[in-house]
Amino acid sequence: MFLINCPYCGERDQQEFKAGGEAHIERPKQPTELSDDEWAEYLFMRKNIKGVQFERWNHAHGCRKWFNMVRDTSNDEIKAIYKMGEKPPAQ
Amino acid sequence: MRNKYSVFSLIKNALSYHENWQKAWKDPAPKKEYDAVIVGGGGHGLSTAYYLAKKHNMNNIAVVEKGWIGGGNTGRNTTIIRSNYLWDASAGLYDHALKIWEGLSQELNYNVMFSQRGVMNLAHNLQDVRDLKRRTHANRLNGIDAVYLSTEEVKKFCPIINTSPDIRYPVLGGTLQRRAGTARHDAVAWGYARGADAMGVDIIQNCEVKGIKRNGDSVEGIETTKGFIKTKKVGVVAAGHSSVIANMAGLKLPLESKPLQALVSEPVKPIIDTVVMSNAVHAYVSQSDKGELVIGAGTDDYVSYTQKGSHQIVEGTLNAILELYPIFSRMRMLRQWGGIVDICPDASPILSKTSIKGLYFNCGWGTGGFKATPGSGDLFAHTIANDEPHKLNAAFNLNRFVSGDLVDEHGAAAVAH
Repeated sequence: MFLINCPYCGERDQQEFKAGGEAHIERPKQPTELSDDEWAEYLFMRKNIKGVQFERWNHAHGCRKWFNMVRDTSNDEIKAIYKMGEKPPAQ
Repeated sequence: MRNKYSVFSLIKNALSYHENWQKAWKDPAPKKEYDAVIVGGGGHGLSTAYYLAKKHNMNNIAVVEKGWIGGGNTGRNTTIIRSNYLWDASAGLYDHALKIWEGLSQELNYNVMFSQRGVMNLAHNLQDVRDLKRRTHANRLNGIDAVYLSTEEVKKFCPIINTSPDIRYPVLGGTLQRRAGTARHDAVAWGYARGADAMGVDIIQNCEVKGIKRNGDSVEGIETTKGFIKTKKVGVVAAGHSSVIANMAGLKLPLESKPLQALVSEPVKPIIDTVVMSNAVHAYVSQSDKGELVIGAGTDDYVSYTQKGSHQIVEGTLNAILELYPIFSRMRMLRQWGGIVDICPDASPILSKTSIKGLYFNCGWGTGGFKATPGSGDLFAHTIANDEPHKLNAAFNLNRFVSGDLVDEHGAAAVAH
């Protein structure tokens, strides 16, 4: 449980938010040309990092907008928050 | 030679004030080389080592554990054992484990306090009723004992449940697996550790794996905090930290690690003599032999390795517990804790070879691995020893995420993941 600084609403309790998993997984541009291995990679394989991880979050019980977060999963410390479409900060 | 535990050894040791009991396992330094190394000294890792030594004559093996035996998820779960899974592959896997549980204390000469007190799963809406009936039929077709209970039968089996039709999620029925129950989780780890140690397995605690050394596509050994250990076979049984180990070998797994919480109350006299689980409202409860209510909460939805969870998860579970069991309303909770569980997209485990020769993974048990401890170890040992899966774990390979042949136990598994 922690506080999240929504880029649209400001600081709110984490329980207002929905975690959306790993960020920056690009949707395949040509889905019909993907091999089974590439589909598995896109759909299922995750880095699941212990440490600094890039994630998507949704302010589900607030403005309902999606944004990105850089968070250390070993201690839940939030390093950065940035809007969708913005460049991820260098880590 | 390992001394056998018996009433005679108890009397003999009582005469010396219990000060001369033999150590249950040694505390050796790692050798330079082993035939196989198991990464992770939880129940699944220790049982893997035990069956490798016992059934496959692999005695020159080691278990390396970052912390101490029984300090991870083995000592953090709510100890529920059942095999009433929906799909054939899961039924085979979990019932294999349940059959081993039934003779485990005798086999290990260690009382794991396996108690077949039954597990009851409740239905709270029409879809639950349909799902549970379907699962009951599926279980019986697979030779797994299961009965469907009406609301009255639920009340009769566990009288403290509030079966009033006026509550927010009324009890519309339930299923019962009588062979299911609980066991003492620490004893399972200790019993397997003692059994494996007696057959020559080195159990090395406080030894964290820092890297996996590869030669091309084969494993050559592991780097640990106690130095390099040469081995051709590495079986990783690291639960929530499986992805961390996989990343060391340059592999990605279809896992997300999340905190799962549990809590226990102050001890009270016997009040609930079975295990009751409710998927829809996410509450499950049993009573330990010490008298504590053992309550399982849910997972948080974000990846975290912190071994603590969010307060609202516990609050939601306790809300549901109180509605179902008004008699618990003045109980005080003593302890709450979290464990990191590795969740697969299909809520089924992975017991599999990998693209790297000699590297095996046993992971993805998510929120329900304890029940499978003996079967998981037995089948994983078979997979490592023969470099081929046993027919019971063949479906639980890594390649199912490529082929699409998933074993989807989400929801069907009788508890939300």
